[in-house]
Amino acid sequence: MNTKLQEQRTAYWKANVRILVGCMTVWFIAGYILPIFLAPVLNMVSLGGYPLGFWMAQQGAIYVFLMLIFFYAWRMNKLDRQFDVHEE
Amino acid sequence: MDLKLMIWLVVGATFALYIGIAIWARAGSTGEFYVAGKGVNPVANGMATAADWMSAASFISMAGLIAFLGYSGSVYLMGWTGGYVLMALLLAPYLRKFGKFTVPQFVGDRFYSNTARIVAVICLLVISITYVIGQMRGVGIAFSRFLEVDLLWGLIAGMTVVFIYAVLGGMKGITYTQIAQYVVMIFAYTVPAVFISLQLTGHFLPQTGLGGTLSGQDGVYLLTALDNVLVDLGFTQYTTSEAFSTLNMFLLTMALMIGTAGLPHVIIRFFTVPRVRDARKSAGWALVFIAILYTTAPAVGAMAMYNIINTLHPGGVGNTAEAMVYDERPDWMRTWEDTGLMEFQQQGEGERVHYYNPANPPAWADDVEGQGYRLERFDRDILVLANPEIAGLPNWVIALVAAGGIAAALSTAAGLLLAISSAISHDLLKGVFMPNISEKRELLAGRLAMVGAILLAGYLGLNPPGFAAEVVALAFGLAAATLFPVLMMGIFYKRMNKQGAITGMLVGLFATLTYIFLFKGFLFLPGTALLPDNPDGWIFGISPQGFGTIGAILNVIAAVIVSKLTAPPPKEIQDLVESVRVPRADAASS
Repeated sequence: MNTKLQEQRTAYWKANVRILVGCMTVWFIAGYILPIFLAPVLNMVSLGGYPLGFWMAQQGAIYVFLMLIFFYAWRMNKLDRQFDVHEE
Repeated sequence: MDLKLMIWLVVGATFALYIGIAIWARAGSTGEFYVAGKGVNPVANGMATAADWMSAASFISMAGLIAFLGYSGSVYLMGWTGGYVLMALLLAPYLRKFGKFTVPQFVGDRFYSNTARIVAVICLLVISITYVIGQMRGVGIAFSRFLEVDLLWGLIAGMTVVFIYAVLGGMKGITYTQIAQYVVMIFAYTVPAVFISLQLTGHFLPQTGLGGTLSGQDGVYLLTALDNVLVDLGFTQYTTSEAFSTLNMFLLTMALMIGTAGLPHVIIRFFTVPRVRDARKSAGWALVFIAILYTTAPAVGAMAMYNIINTLHPGGVGNTAEAMVYDERPDWMRTWEDTGLMEFQQQGEGERVHYYNPANPPAWADDVEGQGYRLERFDRDILVLANPEIAGLPNWVIALVAAGGIAAALSTAAGLLLAISSAISHDLLKGVFMPNISEKRELLAGRLAMVGAILLAGYLGLNPPGFAAEVVALAFGLAAATLFPVLMMGIFYKRMNKQGAITGMLVGLFATLTYIFLFKGFLFLPGTALLPDNPDGWIFGISPQGFGTIGAILNVIAAVIVSKLTAPPPKEIQDLVESVRVPRADAASS
């Protein structure tokens, strides 16, 4: 493998890991910080009949997980093209 | 039409559909048998993954679990969905790029070691076999409950159908049947939920109904009303219940997430799509189809709980003079009393049923102590199955729920059986013991392994080891502590070598087994537990169910230390890691 390609490959992987760190942070906030650790605080606010912390734990977290997976798929497809490693 | 005839018709029609698909989707090669020829559309694969993943436990037990746990039940909702983020972001695309047939195969190739591959096979077999027992049991129970046939015949019917489409079609047959099963299952789950949500709150969507106001009661929110009646009965508030400590909520949710991402029968579903980017997208579609059920479940649980309390207290909680009269109880209670899953006990004089928390009786309970009837037993599993009857829905809805429960159990069982048989025929036979076996004979071996696995699963379903509920927690804990960390390090940590991976898997396996056996008994044998299974007995207050998280951490620590002390993996393995990190095939070899 030539050096230029090697550098490209390293840059691509670094960019991927950066995106992953961002996504996993959102995952941790949506799945743990808000619905578990901060639930009592959030419950002081209501979303319709839902206390917010309870809503986050039984509904909200799942919607965030969904958006995260589709965001990552979209973002990586873009990155693949940018680094010219996308599939045919 | 007679209810029983209706159920026979609906269940029979779904079985005919599954068998029709099996004949259409026969597998001709090992590629089709193991990974459906890698030609499955990502949306279709998402739907099949959802059916594969959502078991009898998701369909039958989860809403009941949430109804009784309230807010604490969220660990299951988040744990069993958040794992897909880990799988979609950290595993699926890379394992798809690797492009082989099984999970142990990746472990064996990446860590250039048959020992690593065999350890992975052992973990896979322990996880999948414990899991499949519950599924076969679910099939048998659904049959015997709804159709009143013997458990044995129910099991035989279920095994025969799985046999036809799984043995003939392999992954290809299973995939297309699972799509049909998903449709049956999701209709069966959402139709009663929509009806009940409309009845109670006037909302069409159960997801908004749960946060809505009660019909006919001006501005009173359903959840507020539920919180209040539970407190009046001497229980804790629904929306803030604390069945687990915050630490255990965190550990349990994490163990379920990591465990989900490490379940081999789910991971192999992502080997069936054509490209890496399909694997990324397909995981999202899987979660869409799963979320339809998982965001409905909390509404089903809360609404059923509210309905049941109102049935028992027609004049309002605390109005003991108007509590339900035992002899006038609804028919569905009589039906479930016959099964022994629901039980009333006469306490003394009086014809009414008085229901409250005996451990913390409210003030009004003093007046009725030792009078009338008590609700002695209400099994959580009744909730979803009895839901249409509780809400007074028509017979065809009840028949649909029966078919849905069977579809949920069959689709998961088939996925597990495939994971088991491919580990035996592809990893053990072709990979280790008979590398020169021809494709035709490997396919035959795969089918025979499947037959063996079905017979074993059926036998265990008929004679379940008396700890079925506990072993499911074990399966998740082990998946979290063994396979997930080793797969992830294989992709993200190039320096990880075979010594590290094998040590990590073994440390995770033994640490988790030891911790669970410490509280649940050696091999779950009664009387062999060394420490009491309660928050005071748990080490640092960590529950055995949540220990998978700790097991995963120990796995990583042990693996990193050992790999640092031993030689780095050879050059070609480092190149392999480079190549799985990049989607395009040709880009890897230059």
